[in-house]
Amino acid sequence: MDRKVNILVVDDEEIVRDSLSSWLIDDGYEVAAAENGTKALEIFPSREWDLCLVDLKMPGIDGIQLMEEFKRQVPDQLVIIMTAFATVDTAVKAMKEGAYDYMVKPFNPEDLSITIRKIIEHQKLVRENIFLRKELKKQYRLHDMISKNHKILEIFDLVRTVAKSNSTVLIQGESGTGKELLARAIHEESLRREAPFISVSCASLTETLLESELFGYEKGAFTGADSLKRGKLELAQDGTLFLDEIGDISLKLQMDLLRVLEQKEFRRVGGSGLITITSRILAATNRDLKKAIEEGKFRNDLFYRLNVISIHLPPLRERKEDVPLLVEHFIDRFNIEMDKKVEGVSDGAMRVLMEHDWPGNARELRNVIERAMVVAKDTRISEADISLPASRKEGTNGKSLGDIEKDHILRILVENRWNIIRSAQVLGIDRVTLYNKIKKYELKKEVGA
Amino acid sequence: MKTAGDVPIPDHSFEAERNQYHSTKILKELVRGAPPDSLKVLGVIEKDLCIPILTFVYGEAQLNGIGALVSLARLRQEFYGAQPDDDIFRERLHKEALHELGHTFGLIHCSLVECLMYLSNTILDVDRKGRAFCRHCQRALNSKIEPGRVSKWTGR
Repeated sequence: MDRKVNILVVDDEEIVRDSLSSWLIDDGYEVAAAENGTKALEIFPSREWDLCLVDLKMPGIDGIQLMEEFKRQVPDQLVIIMTAFATVDTAVKAMKEGAYDYMVKPFNPEDLSITIRKIIEHQKLVRENIFLRKELKKQYRLHDMISKNHKILEIFDLVRTVAKSNSTVLIQGESGTGKELLARAIHEESLRREAPFISVSCASLTETLLESELFGYEKGAFTGADSLKRGKLELAQDGTLFLDEIGDISLKLQMDLLRVLEQKEFRRVGGSGLITITSRILAATNRDLKKAIEEGKFRNDLFYRLNVISIHLPPLRERKEDVPLLVEHFIDRFNIEMDKKVEGVSDGAMRVLMEHDWPGNARELRNVIERAMVVAKDTRISEADISLPASRKEGTNGKSLGDIEKDHILRILVENRWNIIRSAQVLGIDRVTLYNKIKKYELKKEVGA
Repeated sequence: MKTAGDVPIPDHSFEAERNQYHSTKILKELVRGAPPDSLKVLGVIEKDLCIPILTFVYGEAQLNGIGALVSLARLRQEFYGAQPDDDIFRERLHKEALHELGHTFGLIHCSLVECLMYLSNTILDVDRKGRAFCRHCQRALNSKIEPGRVSKWTGR
């Protein structure tokens, strides 16, 4: 059953309030009336008003001021300004200030009926539209991930299916494509969702640290091990262990991990007791593991053990149709986090975003939107608010060798989330050289990057 | 049903600027002068009626009250520059009188064009609607007149 239509009547003349209210009640509407702006503002927050009929000339707060205040609280509030004095100027002003319509008292009954019915229909369409957009978004969504790209939607379907199994999943894709989000989605869709989801970034730790991080250690296992520490494999019991950047682990750890995966058991460092694994293993990498196998940097047997179910997340430049959807998604999110009311991006800004190559993928887009929302002065993000690093398509004409080197190093750093070890590997230089170049070119990590 | 004699139109109900009569004021007087045992009272007036917010009304009634008022002015063909027609006039009066009385039994406007409780904004609306209440309004009316009958109708 349709909900009752709520109408708020604000007029300082009692006789007008009463006759309009009773006419509207006879017509089946829910009506409340207020004799002035102050009273109206008291009543206003009590319900969702489909329409406010506001008299233009009232002592104290006038009709236009009252409408502005309504719209400040509810930006889409529909208001009709009523007046006994028909002047073009006031009509124009009322409409400019956002009134839906302007009516001169007394109303022709037919005009009043038509106007109100038109508004109710309009409201119904707006609500239907919002509902349908939400429904559509649900189809494009998998937990924190959002996409309308057919490849990603197929991945969402696959995730919903494989989540129920215990098979190992290998997620491949460039940095920033959402590998961890996908791993979390698999966990959330699985029966393990109540158990922990533990993530380990393999690239950020040295071999020894990673070993104790994964397997834990017994008290006295090594100097400094003054108490027992449970490893991530143990902490993730019954849940999901996500090994990020698996392509970066040493050959020794690869062997240990392979043994664990095959035997489903492990020992803490310095321990003798076997601990059975009950967690599910998910792994991800931005490296080409097949190439790494050819180069002898990754074990073939571990690859096949991990690659039971393989998911490849395409980069954002191959699914540009997702850019507007992600922009809207990030704006919604940052509006809440930053307590802002940004409504969207200008056409010019969207053009810039669509033309960009997105080497850092969705993560880079998120950072760009976050920054733009911090600097935006308007409720719409403009082209000037968008700050993008040099595109990989950008020409090199007129640039010195030093400029090109600086741009290239910065791009690799951004692509690798400022992971120095990995960036140095990609650049083919050692870490110390990379640090020196960062210093020389005064490269700085952007906030949020 | 009883037909009462003429009731004077209160002077203060005349709106000189609009050359019309304020129906709410007349309705109040009508109810005040009604015999104490009246269940409902229907006033019929030759004058053109209005309320402050609308340019005209065919009539007015107290929702869930006892008083209803109907104006004949806009029900006559002559008002629209046509030849007088008693049949059309009676038909319109029948519809509007029952419509206003319907309000006194708590009925609100109905969205069905053929129903007597459909809101008439123009004389075409009056002519288009039927001479009877729709099924839903009739049921609502019955529940006011004979509350026991509803259970038989709904079967619950």
